[in-house]
Amino acid sequence: MKPLPLVLWAAGLAALAAVPWLGSRFYTFIATDIVILALFATSLNLLLGYTGLVSFGHAAYFGIGAYTCAILMKTHGVPFPLALAAAPLLAGAAAAVFGFFCVRLTRIYFAMLTLAFAQIVWGICFKWNAVTGGEQGISGVPYPDLGWMSALPLVGSLRVGEQYYLVVLVVVAACLAVLKVIVDSPFGRMLTVIRENAERAEFVGIDVRRYELAAFVIAGAFAGVAGALFAIFNRGVFPDFAYWSKSAEVLIMTILGGMGQFWGPAVGAAALVLLNQQITAYTQYWPFVLGVILIVLLFAFPGGIVGTLVAAGRRLKGASRA
Amino acid sequence: MLELRDLRKSFGGFTAVGGVSLTVAPREIVAIIGPNGAGKSTLFNLVTGHIKPDSGTVRFRERDITGLAPHSICRMGLGRSFQRINIFPRLTVFQNVQAAIIAHRGHGHRLWGRSADLFRRETMALLAAIGLEDRADAVSGELSYGAQKQIELGIALASEPALLLLDEPTAGMSATETRDAIALIGRIVRERGLSLLFTEHDMEVVFSIAERIGVLHQGRLIAEGPPLEVRANADVRRVYLGGHA
Repeated sequence: MKPLPLVLWAAGLAALAAVPWLGSRFYTFIATDIVILALFATSLNLLLGYTGLVSFGHAAYFGIGAYTCAILMKTHGVPFPLALAAAPLLAGAAAAVFGFFCVRLTRIYFAMLTLAFAQIVWGICFKWNAVTGGEQGISGVPYPDLGWMSALPLVGSLRVGEQYYLVVLVVVAACLAVLKVIVDSPFGRMLTVIRENAERAEFVGIDVRRYELAAFVIAGAFAGVAGALFAIFNRGVFPDFAYWSKSAEVLIMTILGGMGQFWGPAVGAAALVLLNQQITAYTQYWPFVLGVILIVLLFAFPGGIVGTLVAAGRRLKGASRA
Repeated sequence: MLELRDLRKSFGGFTAVGGVSLTVAPREIVAIIGPNGAGKSTLFNLVTGHIKPDSGTVRFRERDITGLAPHSICRMGLGRSFQRINIFPRLTVFQNVQAAIIAHRGHGHRLWGRSADLFRRETMALLAAIGLEDRADAVSGELSYGAQKQIELGIALASEPALLLLDEPTAGMSATETRDAIALIGRIVRERGLSLLFTEHDMEVVFSIAERIGVLHQGRLIAEGPPLEVRANADVRRVYLGGHA
Protein backbone atom coordinates (compact mmCIF):
# COMPACT_ATOMS: atom_id res chain seq x y z
CA MET A 1 0.00 0.00 0.00
CA LYS A 2 1.17 3.52 -0.81
CA PRO A 3 1.81 5.78 2.17
CA LEU A 4 -0.97 8.24 2.80
CA PRO A 5 0.42 11.41 1.24
CA LEU A 6 1.17 14.34 3.49
CA VAL A 7 -1.55 16.35 1.75
CA LEU A 8 -4.19 13.96 3.06
CA TRP A 9 -2.75 14.15 6.56
CA ALA A 10 -2.90 17.94 6.40
CA ALA A 11 -6.43 17.94 4.98
CA GLY A 12 -7.68 15.55 7.65
CA LEU A 13 -6.04 17.56 10.37
CA ALA A 14 -7.47 20.82 9.02
CA ALA A 15 -10.98 19.34 8.84
CA LEU A 16 -10.76 18.15 12.45
CA ALA A 17 -9.29 21.46 13.57
CA ALA A 18 -12.32 23.25 12.07
CA VAL A 19 -14.76 21.47 14.40
CA PRO A 20 -14.87 24.23 17.10
CA TRP A 21 -15.88 26.81 14.50
CA LEU A 22 -18.31 24.65 12.52
CA GLY A 23 -19.98 22.54 15.16
CA SER A 24 -21.49 23.22 18.52
CA ARG A 25 -19.71 22.97 21.84
CA PHE A 26 -21.09 19.47 22.10
CA TYR A 27 -19.43 18.39 18.88
CA THR A 28 -16.10 19.69 20.08
CA PHE A 29 -16.60 17.61 23.20
CA ILE A 30 -17.34 14.46 21.15
CA ALA A 31 -14.43 15.21 18.81
CA THR A 32 -12.01 15.52 21.74
CA ASP A 33 -13.19 12.17 23.08
CA ILE A 34 -12.77 10.53 19.68
CA VAL A 35 -9.34 11.98 18.97
CA ILE A 36 -7.95 10.84 22.34
CA LEU A 37 -9.44 7.36 22.05
CA ALA A 38 -8.14 7.13 18.49
CA LEU A 39 -4.60 7.44 19.86
CA PHE A 40 -5.36 4.90 22.59
CA ALA A 41 -6.72 2.38 20.07
CA THR A 42 -3.92 2.98 17.57
CA SER A 43 -1.34 2.34 20.29
CA LEU A 44 -3.05 -0.98 21.07
CA ASN A 45 -2.98 -1.87 17.40
CA LEU A 46 0.81 -1.79 17.39
CA LEU A 47 0.46 -4.93 19.52
CA LEU A 48 -2.75 -6.41 18.14
CA GLY A 49 -2.55 -5.72 14.43
CA TYR A 50 1.17 -5.42 13.84
CA THR A 51 2.83 -7.77 16.33
CA GLY A 52 -0.05 -10.22 16.76
CA LEU A 53 -0.11 -9.85 20.55
CA VAL A 54 -3.55 -9.77 22.16
CA SER A 55 -3.39 -7.54 25.22
CA PHE A 56 -6.39 -7.64 27.55
CA GLY A 57 -4.81 -5.08 29.82
CA HIS A 58 -4.00 -2.07 27.70
CA ALA A 59 -6.08 0.17 29.97
CA ALA A 60 -3.36 -0.19 32.62
CA TYR A 61 -1.05 2.14 30.68
CA PHE A 62 -3.88 4.53 29.82
CA GLY A 63 -4.70 4.63 33.53
CA ILE A 64 -1.09 5.14 34.60
CA GLY A 65 -0.74 8.00 32.12
CA ALA A 66 -3.98 9.56 33.32
CA TYR A 67 -3.09 9.30 37.02
CA THR A 68 0.46 10.55 36.42
CA CYS A 69 -0.81 13.63 34.67
CA ALA A 70 -3.62 14.25 37.16
CA ILE A 71 -1.46 13.78 40.26
CA LEU A 72 1.32 15.97 38.91
CA MET A 73 -0.99 18.77 37.82
CA LYS A 74 -3.58 18.70 40.60
CA THR A 75 -1.57 17.61 43.63
CA HIS A 76 1.83 19.05 42.78
CA GLY A 77 0.95 21.91 40.45
CA VAL A 78 3.35 20.77 37.77
CA PRO A 79 2.85 22.59 34.44
CA PHE A 80 1.01 20.69 31.70
CA PRO A 81 3.92 20.12 29.28
CA LEU A 82 5.95 18.41 32.02
CA ALA A 83 3.02 16.35 33.24
CA LEU A 84 2.25 15.34 29.67
CA ALA A 85 5.86 14.26 29.16
CA ALA A 86 5.94 12.30 32.42
CA ALA A 87 2.84 10.27 31.55
CA PRO A 88 4.37 8.21 28.70
CA LEU A 89 7.60 7.81 30.68
CA LEU A 90 5.81 6.24 33.63
CA ALA A 91 3.39 4.26 31.46
CA GLY A 92 6.31 3.04 29.34
CA ALA A 93 8.32 2.09 32.42
CA ALA A 94 5.37 0.11 33.80
CA ALA A 95 4.94 -1.54 30.41
CA ALA A 96 8.63 -2.48 30.46
CA VAL A 97 8.31 -4.17 33.85
CA PHE A 98 5.00 -5.92 33.17
CA GLY A 99 5.96 -6.67 29.58
CA PHE A 100 9.17 -8.35 30.69
CA PHE A 101 7.02 -11.08 32.22
CA CYS A 102 4.22 -11.05 29.66
CA VAL A 103 6.38 -11.70 26.58
CA ARG A 104 7.66 -14.86 28.24
CA LEU A 105 4.21 -16.34 27.73
CA THR A 106 2.35 -16.89 24.50
CA ARG A 107 -1.19 -16.42 23.22
CA ILE A 108 -3.91 -16.83 25.83
CA TYR A 109 -1.38 -16.91 28.67
CA PHE A 110 0.10 -13.65 27.44
CA ALA A 111 -3.38 -12.15 27.29
CA MET A 112 -4.28 -13.35 30.78
CA LEU A 113 -1.07 -11.98 32.26
CA THR A 114 -1.62 -8.55 30.70
CA LEU A 115 -5.08 -8.64 32.26
CA ALA A 116 -3.67 -9.64 35.64
CA PHE A 117 -1.18 -6.76 35.65
CA ALA A 118 -3.91 -4.34 34.59
CA GLN A 119 -6.08 -5.47 37.48
CA ILE A 120 -3.16 -4.88 39.83
CA VAL A 121 -2.87 -1.33 38.50
CA TRP A 122 -6.60 -0.90 38.97
CA GLY A 123 -6.32 -2.26 42.51
CA ILE A 124 -3.59 0.24 43.35
CA CYS A 125 -5.63 3.11 41.94
CA PHE A 126 -8.65 1.90 43.88
CA LYS A 127 -6.97 1.43 47.24
CA TRP A 128 -4.03 3.81 47.52
CA ASN A 129 -6.15 6.59 48.95
CA ALA A 130 -3.34 8.95 49.88
CA VAL A 131 -2.04 9.24 46.34
CA THR A 132 -4.76 8.18 43.92
CA GLY A 133 -7.79 9.29 45.86
CA GLY A 134 -8.98 5.69 46.05
CA GLU A 135 -12.47 4.92 44.89
CA GLN A 136 -13.29 8.63 44.51
CA GLY A 137 -10.38 9.21 42.16
CA ILE A 138 -9.09 12.72 41.68
CA SER A 139 -11.51 15.32 40.43
CA GLY A 140 -11.00 18.91 39.50
CA VAL A 141 -7.90 18.33 37.42
CA PRO A 142 -7.19 21.80 36.02
CA TYR A 143 -7.05 22.71 32.37
CA PRO A 144 -3.54 23.57 31.24
CA ASP A 145 -2.68 27.25 31.18
CA LEU A 146 -3.65 28.17 27.65
CA GLY A 147 -3.53 31.92 28.20
CA TRP A 148 -0.94 32.29 25.46
CA MET A 149 -3.59 31.23 22.98
CA SER A 150 -5.75 34.28 23.59
CA ALA A 151 -3.12 36.38 21.89
CA LEU A 152 -3.49 34.35 18.71
CA PRO A 153 -5.93 35.32 15.96
CA LEU A 154 -9.07 33.11 15.59
CA VAL A 155 -8.06 30.79 18.42
CA GLY A 156 -8.10 33.55 20.99
CA SER A 157 -11.85 33.85 21.01
CA LEU A 158 -12.48 30.13 21.66
CA ARG A 159 -13.56 28.70 25.00
CA VAL A 160 -10.90 26.91 27.00
CA GLY A 161 -12.41 23.48 26.23
CA GLU A 162 -12.18 24.25 22.53
CA GLN A 163 -8.64 25.51 22.87
CA TYR A 164 -7.78 22.34 24.73
CA TYR A 165 -9.28 20.33 21.87
CA LEU A 166 -6.79 21.97 19.51
CA VAL A 167 -3.94 21.06 21.86
CA VAL A 168 -5.19 17.47 21.96
CA LEU A 169 -5.41 17.42 18.19
CA VAL A 170 -1.83 18.58 17.75
CA VAL A 171 -0.45 16.14 20.34
CA VAL A 172 -2.40 13.18 18.94
CA ALA A 173 -1.48 14.04 15.35
CA ALA A 174 2.18 14.11 16.33
CA CYS A 175 1.87 10.78 18.16
CA LEU A 176 0.07 9.14 15.25
CA ALA A 177 2.73 10.43 12.87
CA VAL A 178 5.42 8.85 15.04
CA LEU A 179 3.47 5.58 15.22
CA LYS A 180 3.06 5.62 11.44
CA VAL A 181 6.80 6.07 10.99
CA ILE A 182 7.39 3.18 13.39
CA VAL A 183 5.07 0.72 11.63
CA ASP A 184 6.62 1.58 8.26
CA SER A 185 10.18 1.25 9.58
CA PRO A 186 12.40 -1.82 9.48
CA PHE A 187 11.42 -2.35 13.12
CA GLY A 188 7.77 -2.37 12.06
CA ARG A 189 8.57 -4.97 9.41
CA MET A 190 10.17 -7.17 12.07
CA LEU A 191 6.99 -6.92 14.14
CA THR A 192 4.88 -8.00 11.15
CA VAL A 193 7.18 -10.93 10.58
CA ILE A 194 6.80 -11.97 14.23
CA ARG A 195 3.02 -11.73 13.88
CA GLU A 196 3.10 -13.92 10.78
CA ASN A 197 5.35 -16.64 12.18
CA ALA A 198 7.23 -16.14 15.41
CA GLU A 199 9.10 -19.44 15.17
CA ARG A 200 10.45 -18.61 11.74
CA ALA A 201 11.21 -15.05 12.80
CA GLU A 202 13.42 -16.42 15.55
CA PHE A 203 15.34 -18.33 12.93
CA VAL A 204 16.04 -15.43 10.67
CA GLY A 205 17.92 -14.04 13.64
CA ILE A 206 15.22 -11.98 15.34
CA ASP A 207 15.20 -11.96 19.13
CA VAL A 208 11.42 -12.29 19.24
CA ARG A 209 10.95 -11.53 22.94
CA ARG A 210 13.01 -8.36 22.79
CA TYR A 211 11.05 -7.04 19.84
CA GLU A 212 7.77 -7.94 21.50
CA LEU A 213 8.86 -6.16 24.64
CA ALA A 214 9.91 -3.08 22.66
CA ALA A 215 6.51 -3.02 20.95
CA PHE A 216 4.82 -3.44 24.34
CA VAL A 217 6.70 -0.49 25.81
CA ILE A 218 6.04 1.77 22.82
CA ALA A 219 2.34 0.86 22.85
CA GLY A 220 2.18 1.43 26.61
CA ALA A 221 3.88 4.82 26.35
CA PHE A 222 1.45 6.09 23.70
CA ALA A 223 -1.48 4.75 25.70
CA GLY A 224 -0.03 6.83 28.55
CA VAL A 225 -0.16 9.97 26.41
CA ALA A 226 -3.79 9.23 25.58
CA GLY A 227 -4.54 8.72 29.27
CA ALA A 228 -2.92 12.03 30.22
CA LEU A 229 -4.92 13.92 27.60
CA PHE A 230 -8.07 12.17 28.76
CA ALA A 231 -7.47 12.99 32.42
CA ILE A 232 -7.64 16.70 31.65
CA PHE A 233 -10.46 16.37 29.14
CA ASN A 234 -12.46 14.44 31.73
CA ARG A 235 -11.42 16.91 34.45
CA GLY A 236 -10.65 13.97 36.67
CA VAL A 237 -9.32 10.44 36.91
CA PHE A 238 -11.01 7.35 38.32
CA PRO A 239 -9.97 3.75 38.94
CA ASP A 240 -12.27 2.72 36.07
CA PHE A 241 -9.65 4.09 33.65
CA ALA A 242 -7.53 1.02 34.35
CA TYR A 243 -10.39 -1.46 34.75
CA TRP A 244 -10.69 -4.47 32.46
CA SER A 245 -13.82 -3.10 30.79
CA LYS A 246 -11.74 -0.18 29.54
CA SER A 247 -9.29 -2.67 28.04
CA ALA A 248 -12.18 -4.49 26.39
CA GLU A 249 -13.55 -1.22 25.01
CA VAL A 250 -10.31 -0.32 23.28
CA LEU A 251 -10.03 -3.87 21.89
CA ILE A 252 -13.54 -3.52 20.47
CA MET A 253 -12.68 -0.17 18.86
CA THR A 254 -9.60 -1.63 17.26
CA ILE A 255 -11.39 -4.66 15.88
CA LEU A 256 -14.44 -2.62 14.83
CA GLY A 257 -12.30 -0.27 12.79
CA GLY A 258 -10.00 -2.95 11.45
CA MET A 259 -6.73 -4.04 12.99
CA GLY A 260 -5.17 -4.80 9.63
CA GLN A 261 -5.06 -1.10 8.76
CA PHE A 262 -3.19 1.78 10.35
CA TRP A 263 -6.29 4.01 10.40
CA GLY A 264 -8.65 1.22 11.42
CA PRO A 265 -8.51 1.77 15.19
CA ALA A 266 -9.01 5.53 14.82
CA VAL A 267 -12.08 4.97 12.67
CA GLY A 268 -13.23 2.32 15.15
CA ALA A 269 -12.91 4.83 18.00
CA ALA A 270 -14.98 7.36 16.09
CA ALA A 271 -17.58 4.75 15.16
CA LEU A 272 -17.93 3.47 18.70
CA VAL A 273 -18.22 6.93 20.30
CA LEU A 274 -20.72 8.17 17.71
CA LEU A 275 -22.79 4.99 17.77
CA ASN A 276 -22.84 5.03 21.54
CA GLN A 277 -23.98 8.63 21.59
CA GLN A 278 -26.63 8.15 18.85
CA ILE A 279 -28.03 4.90 20.14
CA THR A 280 -28.20 5.83 23.80
CA ALA A 281 -30.38 8.75 22.69
CA TYR A 282 -33.02 6.25 21.56
CA THR A 283 -32.63 3.25 23.79
CA GLN A 284 -31.06 2.24 27.04
CA TYR A 285 -30.04 -1.08 25.48
CA TRP A 286 -26.76 0.22 24.06
CA PRO A 287 -24.73 -2.81 25.17
CA PHE A 288 -27.25 -5.06 23.40
CA VAL A 289 -27.00 -3.07 20.18
CA LEU A 290 -23.22 -3.04 20.45
CA GLY A 291 -23.22 -6.82 20.84
CA VAL A 292 -25.33 -7.26 17.71
CA ILE A 293 -23.10 -4.89 15.74
CA LEU A 294 -20.01 -6.82 16.83
CA ILE A 295 -21.49 -10.18 15.87
CA VAL A 296 -22.48 -8.95 12.41
CA LEU A 297 -19.09 -7.37 12.00
CA LEU A 298 -17.09 -10.42 13.01
CA PHE A 299 -19.00 -12.71 10.66
CA ALA A 300 -19.65 -10.42 7.70
CA PHE A 301 -16.74 -7.96 7.79
CA PRO A 302 -13.83 -9.54 9.61
CA GLY A 303 -11.52 -6.84 8.24
CA GLY A 304 -13.39 -4.20 10.25
CA ILE A 305 -14.72 -0.96 8.78
CA VAL A 306 -11.50 0.22 7.16
CA GLY A 307 -10.44 -3.26 6.07
CA THR A 308 -13.77 -3.76 4.31
CA LEU A 309 -13.59 -0.34 2.62
CA VAL A 310 -10.04 -0.95 1.42
CA ALA A 311 -11.02 -4.35 0.02
CA ALA A 312 -14.05 -2.84 -1.71
CA GLY A 313 -11.89 -0.06 -3.12
CA ARG A 314 -9.47 -2.62 -4.54
CA ARG A 315 -12.32 -4.54 -6.15
CA LEU A 316 -13.69 -1.37 -7.74
CA LYS A 317 -10.28 -0.49 -9.10
CA GLY A 318 -9.88 -4.00 -10.47
CA ALA A 319 -13.34 -3.83 -12.09
CA SER A 320 -12.71 -0.48 -13.75
CA ARG A 321 -9.44 -1.75 -15.16
CA ALA A 322 -11.01 -4.90 -16.61
CA MET B 1 32.43 -26.48 10.43
CA LEU B 2 29.89 -28.41 12.52
CA GLU B 3 30.73 -30.97 15.14
CA LEU B 4 28.16 -32.90 17.15
CA ARG B 5 29.45 -34.92 20.06
CA ASP B 6 27.34 -37.56 21.74
CA LEU B 7 24.07 -35.62 21.55
CA ARG B 8 21.24 -37.10 23.57
CA LYS B 9 17.64 -36.11 24.03
CA SER B 10 14.71 -38.01 25.41
CA PHE B 11 11.10 -37.00 25.83
CA GLY B 12 9.55 -38.72 28.82
CA GLY B 13 10.82 -42.25 28.52
CA PHE B 14 11.31 -42.09 24.77
CA THR B 15 14.84 -41.64 23.49
CA ALA B 16 14.54 -39.45 20.40
CA VAL B 17 18.25 -38.95 19.90
CA GLY B 18 20.52 -41.38 21.69
CA GLY B 19 24.13 -40.33 21.43
CA VAL B 20 24.79 -38.96 17.96
CA SER B 21 28.26 -37.77 16.92
CA LEU B 22 28.76 -36.27 13.50
CA THR B 23 30.95 -33.73 11.75
CA VAL B 24 30.38 -31.65 8.67
CA ALA B 25 33.51 -30.21 7.03
CA PRO B 26 33.58 -26.88 5.16
CA ARG B 27 31.95 -27.18 1.73
CA GLU B 28 30.86 -30.70 2.46
CA ILE B 29 27.41 -32.04 1.58
CA VAL B 30 26.15 -34.48 4.18
CA ALA B 31 22.80 -36.24 4.23
CA ILE B 32 21.00 -37.81 7.16
CA ILE B 33 18.62 -40.53 6.16
CA GLY B 34 16.38 -42.70 8.23
CA PRO B 35 12.77 -43.82 8.51
CA ASN B 36 10.06 -41.61 10.00
CA GLY B 37 10.57 -41.18 13.71
CA ALA B 38 14.27 -41.94 13.50
CA GLY B 39 15.03 -38.60 15.16
CA LYS B 40 16.09 -36.54 12.13
CA SER B 41 14.04 -33.46 12.92
CA THR B 42 14.86 -33.67 16.63
CA LEU B 43 18.55 -33.79 15.72
CA PHE B 44 18.13 -30.63 13.65
CA ASN B 45 16.24 -28.91 16.45
CA LEU B 46 19.08 -29.75 18.83
CA VAL B 47 21.60 -28.19 16.47
CA THR B 48 19.61 -25.00 15.87
CA GLY B 49 18.73 -24.40 19.50
CA HIS B 50 15.00 -25.10 19.26
CA ILE B 51 15.44 -27.94 21.76
CA LYS B 52 18.09 -28.20 24.43
CA PRO B 53 19.97 -31.51 24.54
CA ASP B 54 20.06 -33.61 27.74
CA SER B 55 23.76 -34.09 27.19
CA GLY B 56 26.40 -33.74 24.50
CA THR B 57 27.76 -30.71 22.70
CA VAL B 58 27.24 -28.86 19.45
CA ARG B 59 30.23 -26.97 18.10
CA PHE B 60 29.88 -24.63 15.16
CA ARG B 61 32.84 -22.79 13.66
CA GLU B 62 34.98 -23.81 16.63
CA ARG B 63 32.51 -22.42 19.15
CA ASP B 64 30.34 -24.30 21.58
CA ILE B 65 26.76 -23.32 20.70
CA THR B 66 24.99 -25.93 22.83
CA GLY B 67 21.90 -24.42 24.42
CA LEU B 68 22.13 -21.00 22.72
CA ALA B 69 18.90 -19.40 21.56
CA PRO B 70 17.91 -20.01 17.92
CA HIS B 71 18.27 -16.36 16.92
CA SER B 72 21.85 -16.27 18.20
CA ILE B 73 22.75 -19.46 16.39
CA CYS B 74 21.19 -18.14 13.21
CA ARG B 75 23.25 -14.96 13.45
CA MET B 76 26.46 -16.97 13.72
CA GLY B 77 25.97 -18.17 10.17
CA LEU B 78 23.73 -21.18 10.35
CA GLY B 79 20.69 -21.12 8.07
CA ARG B 80 17.90 -23.65 8.19
CA SER B 81 14.71 -24.60 6.47
CA PHE B 82 11.93 -26.54 8.07
CA GLN B 83 10.26 -29.75 7.06
CA ARG B 84 6.81 -28.28 6.82
CA ILE B 85 6.35 -24.97 5.10
CA ASN B 86 7.46 -22.28 7.50
CA ILE B 87 7.26 -18.88 5.87
CA PHE B 88 5.42 -15.59 6.45
CA PRO B 89 2.25 -16.50 4.56
CA ARG B 90 0.46 -13.15 4.30
CA LEU B 91 3.52 -11.22 3.21
CA THR B 92 4.73 -11.05 -0.37
CA VAL B 93 7.59 -13.18 -1.61
CA PHE B 94 9.72 -10.05 -1.67
CA GLN B 95 8.86 -9.16 1.93
CA ASN B 96 9.62 -12.69 3.12
CA VAL B 97 13.18 -12.61 1.89
CA GLN B 98 13.67 -8.90 2.55
CA ALA B 99 12.67 -9.30 6.21
CA ALA B 100 15.31 -11.97 6.65
CA ILE B 101 17.91 -9.70 5.04
CA ILE B 102 16.89 -6.76 7.27
CA ALA B 103 17.21 -8.97 10.34
CA HIS B 104 20.53 -10.39 9.24
CA ARG B 105 22.06 -6.99 8.50
CA GLY B 106 21.06 -5.75 11.94
CA HIS B 107 18.60 -3.10 10.75
CA GLY B 108 15.63 -4.62 12.57
CA HIS B 109 15.81 -2.27 15.53
CA ARG B 110 15.63 0.88 13.39
CA LEU B 111 12.46 2.80 14.21
CA TRP B 112 12.81 5.29 11.39
CA GLY B 113 13.25 5.15 7.64
CA ARG B 114 10.83 3.33 5.37
CA SER B 115 11.29 -0.41 5.10
CA ALA B 116 9.39 -0.81 1.82
CA ASP B 117 12.39 -0.53 -0.51
CA LEU B 118 15.15 -1.38 1.91
CA PHE B 119 17.71 -3.82 0.42
CA ARG B 120 15.66 -4.06 -2.79
CA ARG B 121 18.72 -4.89 -4.89
CA GLU B 122 19.97 -7.61 -2.52
CA THR B 123 16.49 -9.08 -2.17
CA MET B 124 15.90 -9.19 -5.91
CA ALA B 125 19.31 -10.77 -6.45
CA LEU B 126 18.48 -13.51 -3.98
CA LEU B 127 15.04 -14.01 -5.52
CA ALA B 128 16.74 -14.37 -8.90
CA ALA B 129 19.08 -16.99 -7.46
CA ILE B 130 16.16 -19.09 -6.23
CA GLY B 131 14.18 -18.47 -9.42
CA LEU B 132 11.36 -16.39 -7.97
CA GLU B 133 12.19 -12.90 -9.23
CA ASP B 134 9.03 -12.67 -11.34
CA ARG B 135 6.83 -13.69 -8.39
CA ALA B 136 8.26 -11.04 -6.07
CA ASP B 137 4.96 -9.26 -5.44
CA ALA B 138 2.79 -12.36 -5.08
CA VAL B 139 1.42 -13.17 -1.63
CA SER B 140 3.64 -16.03 -0.57
CA GLY B 141 0.96 -18.17 1.06
CA GLU B 142 -0.98 -18.32 -2.20
CA LEU B 143 1.85 -19.82 -4.26
CA SER B 144 2.34 -23.48 -5.13
CA TYR B 145 3.91 -25.84 -2.63
CA GLY B 146 7.14 -26.02 -4.60
CA ALA B 147 7.40 -22.23 -4.78
CA GLN B 148 6.86 -21.96 -1.03
CA LYS B 149 9.70 -24.41 -0.50
CA GLN B 150 11.85 -22.12 -2.67
CA ILE B 151 10.89 -19.20 -0.43
CA GLU B 152 11.99 -21.29 2.57
CA LEU B 153 15.36 -21.68 0.90
CA GLY B 154 15.47 -17.97 0.11
CA ILE B 155 14.80 -17.06 3.75
CA ALA B 156 17.51 -19.47 4.91
CA LEU B 157 20.01 -18.02 2.42
CA ALA B 158 19.20 -14.43 3.36
CA SER B 159 21.23 -14.71 6.53
CA GLU B 160 24.30 -15.54 4.39
CA PRO B 161 24.94 -18.79 6.23
CA ALA B 162 28.13 -20.79 6.03
CA LEU B 163 26.21 -23.94 6.87
CA LEU B 164 22.77 -24.72 5.58
CA LEU B 165 20.51 -27.20 7.34
CA LEU B 166 17.63 -28.34 5.18
CA ASP B 167 15.00 -30.56 6.74
CA GLU B 168 13.50 -32.68 3.95
CA PRO B 169 13.83 -29.98 1.29
CA THR B 170 11.80 -31.98 -1.22
CA ALA B 171 9.12 -33.38 1.09
CA GLY B 172 5.75 -33.45 -0.64
CA MET B 173 7.11 -32.49 -4.04
CA SER B 174 6.36 -34.19 -7.33
CA ALA B 175 9.17 -35.99 -9.14
CA THR B 176 9.81 -33.05 -11.45
CA GLU B 177 9.71 -30.52 -8.63
CA THR B 178 12.13 -32.68 -6.66
CA ARG B 179 14.61 -32.84 -9.49
CA ASP B 180 14.46 -29.08 -10.02
CA ALA B 181 14.74 -28.32 -6.32
CA ILE B 182 17.77 -30.56 -5.88
CA ALA B 183 19.47 -29.07 -8.91
CA LEU B 184 18.82 -25.61 -7.47
CA ILE B 185 20.10 -26.49 -4.01
CA GLY B 186 23.19 -28.20 -5.40
CA ARG B 187 24.00 -25.23 -7.61
CA ILE B 188 23.54 -22.66 -4.84
CA VAL B 189 25.57 -24.65 -2.31
CA ARG B 190 28.46 -25.07 -4.72
CA GLU B 191 28.35 -21.50 -6.04
CA ARG B 192 28.42 -20.05 -2.57
CA GLY B 193 30.83 -22.57 -1.13
CA LEU B 194 28.42 -23.58 1.64
CA SER B 195 28.35 -26.66 3.80
CA LEU B 196 25.08 -28.53 3.60
CA LEU B 197 23.51 -30.90 6.06
CA PHE B 198 20.12 -32.20 5.00
CA THR B 199 17.64 -34.90 5.84
CA GLU B 200 15.80 -36.70 3.13
CA HIS B 201 13.70 -39.76 2.57
CA ASP B 202 14.05 -39.87 -1.21
CA MET B 203 17.08 -42.13 -1.84
CA GLU B 204 17.61 -40.95 -5.38
CA VAL B 205 18.00 -37.40 -4.12
CA VAL B 206 20.44 -38.44 -1.44
CA PHE B 207 22.69 -40.46 -3.65
CA SER B 208 22.68 -37.79 -6.34
CA ILE B 209 24.21 -34.98 -4.28
CA ALA B 210 25.43 -36.19 -0.89
CA GLU B 211 29.15 -36.70 -0.41
CA ARG B 212 28.62 -38.44 2.88
CA ILE B 213 25.57 -40.11 4.38
CA GLY B 214 24.62 -40.84 7.95
CA VAL B 215 21.90 -43.36 8.62
CA LEU B 216 19.78 -42.64 11.67
CA HIS B 217 17.75 -45.43 13.19
CA GLN B 218 15.91 -45.17 16.50
CA GLY B 219 17.94 -42.15 17.50
CA ARG B 220 21.35 -43.65 16.69
CA LEU B 221 23.68 -43.38 13.73
CA ILE B 222 24.00 -46.97 12.57
CA ALA B 223 26.21 -46.18 9.61
CA GLU B 224 28.12 -43.27 8.21
CA GLY B 225 30.29 -42.85 5.13
CA PRO B 226 30.37 -42.22 1.40
CA PRO B 227 27.19 -43.16 -0.50
CA LEU B 228 28.55 -46.36 -2.01
CA GLU B 229 29.76 -47.64 1.32
CA VAL B 230 26.46 -46.86 3.05
CA ARG B 231 24.52 -48.48 0.25
CA ALA B 232 26.54 -51.65 0.71
CA ASN B 233 26.23 -51.73 4.50
CA ALA B 234 24.28 -54.79 5.61
CA ASP B 235 22.63 -53.14 8.64
CA VAL B 236 21.45 -50.26 6.55
CA ARG B 237 19.99 -52.57 3.94
CA ARG B 238 18.14 -54.44 6.64
CA VAL B 239 16.59 -51.52 8.54
CA TYR B 240 16.08 -48.99 5.87
CA LEU B 241 16.90 -49.51 2.25
CA GLY B 242 14.99 -52.76 2.14
CA GLY B 243 15.26 -54.96 -0.89
CA HIS B 244 15.27 -52.28 -3.55
CA ALA B 245 18.49 -50.47 -2.80
